[in-house]
Amino acid sequence: MSLSKIKFDKKIVLSFWIILIALIIAAPTLLPVFRLNLLGRYLSLSIVALGVDLIWGYTGLLSLGQGIFFALGGYCAAMYLQITSSSEFPNNIPEFFALYGVEKLPFFWEPFRSPVFTFLAIWIIPALVAGLIGFLVFRNRIKGVYFSILTQASLLVFFNFFNGQQKLINGTNGLKTDVTQLFGQMVGSESMQRIFFWITAILVIAAWFFAKWVVKGRFGNILIGIRDDEPRVRFTGYNPVIFKTIIFSIAGSLAGISGALYTVQSGIVSPQFMTVPFSIEMVIWVAVGGRGTLLGAILGAVFINYAKSLVSEALPASWMFIQGGLFILVVTALPEGVLGWIQGDGPRNLLQRFGLKRKIETYPSLEVNNKEVNNE
Amino acid sequence: MELLLDSLFNGVAIGSVLLVAALGLAIVFGLMGVINLAHGELMMLGAYTTYVTQLIFKLPILKPFYNSYIIVSIFLAFIVSGVVGILLEKTIIRKLYGSPLETLLATWGVSLILQQFVRSVPLAYGTGLVLSLLIGLFLPSTFPSKIKESINFKYFKFSSWIFAALTGVLTGSVISSSVSKLSRASARNVDVTAPSWMRGQIEIIGTTFPKTRLMIIVITLISVIAITLFLNQSAWGMRIRAVTQNRQMSDCLGISTEKVDIITFGIGSGLAGVAGVAVSLLGSVGPNVGGNYIVGCFMVVVLGGVGNLLGTVLASFGIGIMTDLIGAGRLLSIWPDMPLPLSNTINFFATTSMARVMIFALIVIFLQFKPTGLFPQKGRMVEN
Repeated sequence: MSLSKIKFDKKIVLSFWIILIALIIAAPTLLPVFRLNLLGRYLSLSIVALGVDLIWGYTGLLSLGQGIFFALGGYCAAMYLQITSSSEFPNNIPEFFALYGVEKLPFFWEPFRSPVFTFLAIWIIPALVAGLIGFLVFRNRIKGVYFSILTQASLLVFFNFFNGQQKLINGTNGLKTDVTQLFGQMVGSESMQRIFFWITAILVIAAWFFAKWVVKGRFGNILIGIRDDEPRVRFTGYNPVIFKTIIFSIAGSLAGISGALYTVQSGIVSPQFMTVPFSIEMVIWVAVGGRGTLLGAILGAVFINYAKSLVSEALPASWMFIQGGLFILVVTALPEGVLGWIQGDGPRNLLQRFGLKRKIETYPSLEVNNKEVNNE
Repeated sequence: MELLLDSLFNGVAIGSVLLVAALGLAIVFGLMGVINLAHGELMMLGAYTTYVTQLIFKLPILKPFYNSYIIVSIFLAFIVSGVVGILLEKTIIRKLYGSPLETLLATWGVSLILQQFVRSVPLAYGTGLVLSLLIGLFLPSTFPSKIKESINFKYFKFSSWIFAALTGVLTGSVISSSVSKLSRASARNVDVTAPSWMRGQIEIIGTTFPKTRLMIIVITLISVIAITLFLNQSAWGMRIRAVTQNRQMSDCLGISTEKVDIITFGIGSGLAGVAGVAVSLLGSVGPNVGGNYIVGCFMVVVLGGVGNLLGTVLASFGIGIMTDLIGAGRLLSIWPDMPLPLSNTINFFATTSMARVMIFALIVIFLQFKPTGLFPQKGRMVEN
């Protein structure tokens, strides 16, 4: 029985991928530019959701501070774009500096003149920051809700810092990218946005394969071990601190890439990316899609954001109610998420309830073993 | 001396707001292990209760007692937030004991709903709704035991809910017809004006203290003393402590853990309401007022150590005094001729937002040495 079930799942996954790739190829010609741009943004958000799934779904670390790394990636991209398009402004520095009477470029802007450095910085800087925060927290065996609270507090710290420093990074106004130039083209132009959509789509698929590779094999097993019983992992001779730090930096760098892609498609990066609600929203995408199923994170991010834009266009006031209800519903009624429910016993239980499928009597331990087989 | 006193007072004032806000959180988190992200929104409800009470006391019948509205609103805020908290416990949190991360997400959902609720529902009808919840939840427990044990009790319960709903609708429409400000929904911030006896300042040893700040310190002091007495002297306080120490054993000995959970959560939420009254005295009241305090409260709880009120008190005053020292750049005025790099650093952090950055860095450094806070719970288990 378990074998046929696995095959069934594989068929679903395969057909899903075919549909998705077909949609991505067809989207630029079918959708108007406005919708295409939205879809591109949501696809880039699904990369940060993949990171959340890696740390929460597989390792059991609920981070409420992924916005930090998301915004850092965005700032790296925006700083590069601003500085390369600043030749016509006084002192050859970005325009906003003149507002605050700054004449010399702050030192940390200098390396962003180089495109190579920027491409590396977009994922390495968030990874390093995540690694540092993670190491300091994990080293003391701070875990569970304490970890969540500390990540939320660090989010607020970064928000305050970026929000308050007008003279360094334009404070609360953020950095605009849509009027900057890249390779002689306006970043906000239609043709550039199409290219960004392609890049995003390719990177989402690449990130999915990467995440799949990370959770496969021994490394992934240790992550799941940490999630399910950390002391036992420690007593077996592994050091959970190292594994947690590594996976937290991986999630951080995914968030950075996602933030950079989102920034160039939305046209601005601002401290609003580091507000508390946005980071918690990332968790709910994964929770609705299905934690521990990487595909669920992607689907959750895209669909919830699309629903959000549709609902907010029609009834602006009701989205908060719907979102709040979604949080409560998913936690109390659907803890495995939609995809987890489909992959698990959900549909069968539903059919059984209506008498459409015969109840299968199984030995409890057999049931448990089957689940383990499915996970592998 | 004057400077020191000024600084100390400011620090204590900041700390006491933090303390009264964090007290309820510390109780719920420390005793039940529940992370309540809706705590800030329960504070917001308390603040709005103050606003509604103020407007109702402006009515001709209650006008003579206007000056005492703030005292009345403290009790009302405790009841309003407490009732909402109890409803929350009965419907959602009860299902999620033992899984704190899930509770965290669910309470965040609740906080979103509460925020949008005060934006899109007229406050008059909101008041009616809370009143009907209060009646519906508590009327059945006042029935004589003969009815309670009878088989038809559910019908009594049902009819008391209908009565509650009718009362709620009636109250809502009466308030909305008599106070025009409460009859329309609005997302705008509202202002609570302190009664005349609370405005102005008091002068002690050459320093002036604003009276509202003093009032907040008094509210905090009373809350802390009351909650300590309740936990340590009353029978229910003893039961709460017993359940905290060993839930299964207390259950075996005949303590109704279900009731203990409801009471603990109700009191924790009620204290959030009292904090809301304090917050409403400091600035304007809006749907987002709670969000500004919630992270600070959690830092207090983490720093103070879980399940220890003394730790909470020390942590909040410590954070309050440090915030004032760093945020107002007071070290510079105490020691004017310090070396330039040092004074530059201090100036860099001398704003409220940068002071938060510094405080957080200090807390993280502190947790490197004492990972479980100032007063950790002692135990021998691998997992706490």
